[in-house]
Amino acid sequence: MISMEESDAAAVLRARSGDSQAFRLLVEHHSRNIFRLAYRMTGNEQDAEDVVQETFFKAFRQLNGFEERSNFSTWLYRIGVNCALDLLRKRRRHDEFQEPLEPDHGRGVFEADPHESTPDRLVFSIEVKRQVTQALERLSPMERSAFVLRHFEGMSIEEVGQVLGLQTSAAKHSIFRAVRKMRVALEPLMSSLR
Amino acid sequence: MKHLNEDQLILHYYGEAPDPAAIESHLFSCADCRAGFEGLRRVLAAANALQVPERRESYGSEVWQRLRPRLSERRRWDWKPTFHVSRWAWASLITAMLVAAFFLGRFWPRAEIPVAKLPPGQVRERILLASVADHLESSQRVLMEVVNASGNGSVDISQQQASAEDLVAANRLYRQSAERAGEAGMAGVLEELERILLELAHSSSQLTSGELNEIRRRIDTQGILFKVRVIGDRVRERQKAAARELARRNL
Repeated sequence: MISMEESDAAAVLRARSGDSQAFRLLVEHHSRNIFRLAYRMTGNEQDAEDVVQETFFKAFRQLNGFEERSNFSTWLYRIGVNCALDLLRKRRRHDEFQEPLEPDHGRGVFEADPHESTPDRLVFSIEVKRQVTQALERLSPMERSAFVLRHFEGMSIEEVGQVLGLQTSAAKHSIFRAVRKMRVALEPLMSSLR
Repeated sequence: MKHLNEDQLILHYYGEAPDPAAIESHLFSCADCRAGFEGLRRVLAAANALQVPERRESYGSEVWQRLRPRLSERRRWDWKPTFHVSRWAWASLITAMLVAAFFLGRFWPRAEIPVAKLPPGQVRERILLASVADHLESSQRVLMEVVNASGNGSVDISQQQASAEDLVAANRLYRQSAERAGEAGMAGVLEELERILLELAHSSSQLTSGELNEIRRRIDTQGILFKVRVIGDRVRERQKAAARELARRNL
């Protein structure tokens, strides 16, 4: 049976030689993962969709720069993280000159999960999501990327380093700093539960 | 065993502690550390409240349908992807291919042909050496611009990034040709250069001062600018020697 990695490698080779269906396969294999990453980095659906489009567009442009011995998924995540960071930086600059925007129409991180029923749980759940979002926003871009990749995407610290172009020890310290900041931000709320 | 610090607890939570059994054993016997670990686990579990909206099975196809018109604008699919880049990159690639042909020609045995029909090898060598030297100079310029970049808060390196993207493909051809021709020194420097160019091409176009310092540090640590300059000087020397040889023969 052909692994995902092998089928990606074969698709990359075909896409490089001009086969549009091969690039389509790569897009179809990886879209959901890149959306998930982008949503956790940006915090809303529309931005995440933009990041997905930009990631594949850049990947297409840079396909010749992809090293065959590398892992395509790691390479694509790296582009995805950079696109998300670019968007966050632009949004930050834009927000400095704009009034706060209307809430996102999609179900963003501030909105309640409809499965959570009792009013108390619902209120608490909304508050937790709000604080998690704020805590993530306060992380530096590198800390945020490292935390999302380690905590949500389940990558090993070594893989996080590969995606972010960092030494493993630097990736580890970004994760440590991120977790400490998350803890400082969220611990008061979590303690109130006890 | 003394108390566990927060970093050890974080590594243990993510299953990456070097000695998990020792940490488990300590947690079992130490109430303070156990409480610390529980606090960490509660906080990190709360982070999972950030749920991602579900995407349909057909999501990949929908992404492709939105993406495809943008790709078509950039180039027609019946062209090789190699040729979607700028005119500058076209020129680089063509010269890179000429260099590849030159090195391969030196390396592979060839059939005897009448002397009168041989191409003027020295002229060709001069041109090809000049294109390698130009490539090294362009790369050096891009790296210098990144090293000397400055800005308030964030630094825009989008221009250098675009140049790096263009240089990567040509660099790869030069490197492969140098490897085939047994020019190990040049191949090694080109490989290091390629890694830096790729990193620039893949990095964010807006760098924080921390990120920029990290790239500068790597450029400095590897001494890549110095190596590129030395190799570039050597290529220029060979180019001059080839020119002198050509002039001598024409006398």
